[in-house]
Amino acid sequence: MARTSGLRIYEGENVLNTQVLIIGGGATGTGIARDLALRGVQCVLAEYHDINAGASGANHGLLHSGGRYVSSDQGSAVECRQEAELLKKVAPHCIEDTGGLFVAVEGDDEKFVADFPHLCSQCDIPVQALGVKEARELEPVLSDKLIAAYKVADASIDPFKLSMENISQAQELGSTLLRFTKVVGFEKSDKKIRATRLQNIITGEESIVEAEQVINATGAWAGVVAGLAGASIDIIYSKGSLLVTHSRITERVVNRLHPSASADILVPGGTVSILGTTSIRIDNLDQVYPTVEEVDAMVGEAVKMIPALETVRFIRAYAGVRPLIGSRSASDDRSVSRSFALIDHSEDGVENFTSISGGKLTTYRLMAEKTADLVCRRLGVSRPCVTRTDPLPFTQPAKWTQPGLAPKLWLKHHEPEDIILCECEMVPRSAVDAIIDSIREQNGQPNLMSIALRSRIGKGACQGTFCGVRVSAYMYDRGEFNPEQSLTNLREFLGQRWKGQHPTLWNKQLVQAELLEALHCGFFGLEL
Amino acid sequence: MSDSQTIKFDVCIIGSGLAGMASTLFAANRGLSSVQVGLTGEIILSSGLLDLMGVHPVSEKHVWSDPWAGIDALVRDIPDHPYARLPKEDIHAAFEELLFFLKETGLSYYRRMNHNVGVLTSLGTIKHTYCVPHTIWKGVEALKKKPPGLLIDIRGLKGFNARQIATAMQNEWPDLQTARISFPGMDHLSEVYTEHMANALILSQKRERFAEAVRPHIEEAQIVGLPAILGLYRTHEVVSDLEKLIGAPVFEIPSMPPSVPGLRLKEAFERGLRAKGIKYFSQKRVLKVRRKADDFFELDIGWSTTEQVVQSRGIILASGRFIGGGLHADRKRIKETIFDLPVYQPENRTEWHRREFLDSRGHPVNRAGLEIEDTFRPLDRNGRPAFSRLFAAGSILAHQDWKRMKCGAGLAIATAFGAVKSFIRLCQ
Repeated sequence: MARTSGLRIYEGENVLNTQVLIIGGGATGTGIARDLALRGVQCVLAEYHDINAGASGANHGLLHSGGRYVSSDQGSAVECRQEAELLKKVAPHCIEDTGGLFVAVEGDDEKFVADFPHLCSQCDIPVQALGVKEARELEPVLSDKLIAAYKVADASIDPFKLSMENISQAQELGSTLLRFTKVVGFEKSDKKIRATRLQNIITGEESIVEAEQVINATGAWAGVVAGLAGASIDIIYSKGSLLVTHSRITERVVNRLHPSASADILVPGGTVSILGTTSIRIDNLDQVYPTVEEVDAMVGEAVKMIPALETVRFIRAYAGVRPLIGSRSASDDRSVSRSFALIDHSEDGVENFTSISGGKLTTYRLMAEKTADLVCRRLGVSRPCVTRTDPLPFTQPAKWTQPGLAPKLWLKHHEPEDIILCECEMVPRSAVDAIIDSIREQNGQPNLMSIALRSRIGKGACQGTFCGVRVSAYMYDRGEFNPEQSLTNLREFLGQRWKGQHPTLWNKQLVQAELLEALHCGFFGLEL
Repeated sequence: MSDSQTIKFDVCIIGSGLAGMASTLFAANRGLSSVQVGLTGEIILSSGLLDLMGVHPVSEKHVWSDPWAGIDALVRDIPDHPYARLPKEDIHAAFEELLFFLKETGLSYYRRMNHNVGVLTSLGTIKHTYCVPHTIWKGVEALKKKPPGLLIDIRGLKGFNARQIATAMQNEWPDLQTARISFPGMDHLSEVYTEHMANALILSQKRERFAEAVRPHIEEAQIVGLPAILGLYRTHEVVSDLEKLIGAPVFEIPSMPPSVPGLRLKEAFERGLRAKGIKYFSQKRVLKVRRKADDFFELDIGWSTTEQVVQSRGIILASGRFIGGGLHADRKRIKETIFDLPVYQPENRTEWHRREFLDSRGHPVNRAGLEIEDTFRPLDRNGRPAFSRLFAAGSILAHQDWKRMKCGAGLAIATAFGAVKSFIRLCQ
């Protein structure tokens, strides 16, 4: 039986008691919350920003067949294969089983190409050699300079939907989600964290969580959070930038068959495709944004595989940080193991503190399982993990993140009084209502950003120019804005969308940006 | 080719935005035979307000109450700004001529002579501008006096919420009530559009029923603010009739494009210029330009293939920026699309935009464009006029940032005036 979290006032402070405090609301953190909740363990999840604010929300949404790692890291390759097969069974609604291709073009390393099928079979990864002509029939945009092609079981996965579904089920089972909540510090005694000090970054309000176990699932921030507890993690920040196209370019995931490099994968998802990715070592986590140089480098490289990428419309870019656990001496960040690190901080003198970092989206469930296993052992909970077999529930709030889904649903059926608020992505008012309600249920404050996170609002061609105004006007109908927020929220929303458009502003997207500024500065004067 | 006859004109104006329309007007008023070619043009995105000069320096967000003093400061600090190419008297004369023309076509503009005024927008911000359509003007006065007011929004109209405006205005103009009404005859629709409502209100029966819907909400209000729907045409009649029926003055609150005030402006130009006998190729582009000797240009006009060839002794290029299609950017460079004129621009794309959308300095790409000399002739790569009879006007010009400086309409009108004047001086 799940127990619900208890709130008590203790010496004038808000104190929350729980069995496990999870820090970080990405795929891993939400996955752990669900895993533990299913074992009857009650959790509080504290997230600095919002669900998937870090790397979990800034990746391709690729469900790896494992093919990518067969030459560099067979352990990871096998893990990916197993987890991908499993997720396709338990979370099919988060996955589009597109299939994938590995292709090589003239000039690529022929030995690398020839070794590929053999290496795949070593890892039991299904692979099928295709003729060049056959491959180009499957994906007509592939270069005419193709020299080899293999079919693999890559797929695309919606990371937002995945994390939303995980946290939704955890909450249904009694766990608590605290968004916009920062860890300020830990209070330790007798080699244990006794209390964790939290602060709401919007209201400034402080609170305390008393948990038997504390899990640090903060991805790239794992070293920072561990540091607050007096523990240390050697972590490398590798920034990866990605580019989103206006329309879908290929049916399947297309990988370049060469040692991992920039712009070597194009992942379709709904109505768009995502091109990635760069790998740039950064020293601090404030530098996580895509740059013009990266975008140009990626397009320049990717056209060798798919020449049409030179002229397609890109509507935005984004960047995430791969948290790579390992030695700082590694020369190429891609050669550092993508396998995850589960760190028991007993060695650092903190016995009830665990960090989980590294890894990749495809293996998030396994990472959650291993972490939950460790924590359950410490708690004396013997119930086994069930996420290998229990299907991930399909709940409503998570469905609006999928590109292209909203128009389909709208065309199929809509209530006569419903209207479209976001015309690029056809997000109806009823969807915004459902999202606002679900944010309220999660004790959150709905605003343009949190609605955008949970839907396609602001993600279409207009990048918020019109839907930003329409949704904020509609928020007033619902009485969701307080006076101080009215324009601030729109400014923040447009500023956030801008960061993604910024490196993609040429051709049509530049026209769009001009329109955005003409309206919001020229007319509304938001800059004044 | 629909017409094998080549038509000959004094001047060809490329562009149907405000700069193109103004150039055509000024040319026609001076007896030049004129032909105008253009796509839809940025004018349909216009708010209908005519800015002259609002903010300088943009980084200091300094709003000028006297636009002329603003121009003085601007020209002093940015000597290459297009406003520096003509005397203030000319800018003034250009506005007078244009406003007179609009009034003649039935679209009156009001202003507080030599003063910028504040217009309430649908976001509840205040837009600083110079000339205001009469349908909006009473709101400008009310914003100063702040009488008890009523703001009305309409069921099914997206992006316009009276409560949002009143909330944003609560310090500036606290005595505002709000109400939502259904537009008569459209209450069965889940979504309504300002253009449809503006059309409907041209009919007196609709106005009566609309006024009936507004009246119960009036209470203490001495003025009523509405979305911009007070007639697509015959706005004087619509406004005065509605005011009688409602029993209070009304004003429009301009909103997102495409807006009715912008549409009225476009229609007024098209109507008024047609009456002046202008040849207008609407929704057409210039496919190719050939220079014949030093005397004239030959232009192929059409959509995708040539439908008409025209000859003109001179050209005014008012093709706009990226929205209008006068400029085009690929990943590396910004180009001028018809003559491949050199475009003043930052060294490379990394410098086009700043990382923050609302960076107070503005985005450098907005100051890119054609460089001109005092006769409004764009320069070639050697800094000399590219063609002896090619002139440029409007937002395509470099060294201005109309969105931040709030000088878009003034820039279009003034440079159109300057270009036409130079054409006459150099080519007649």
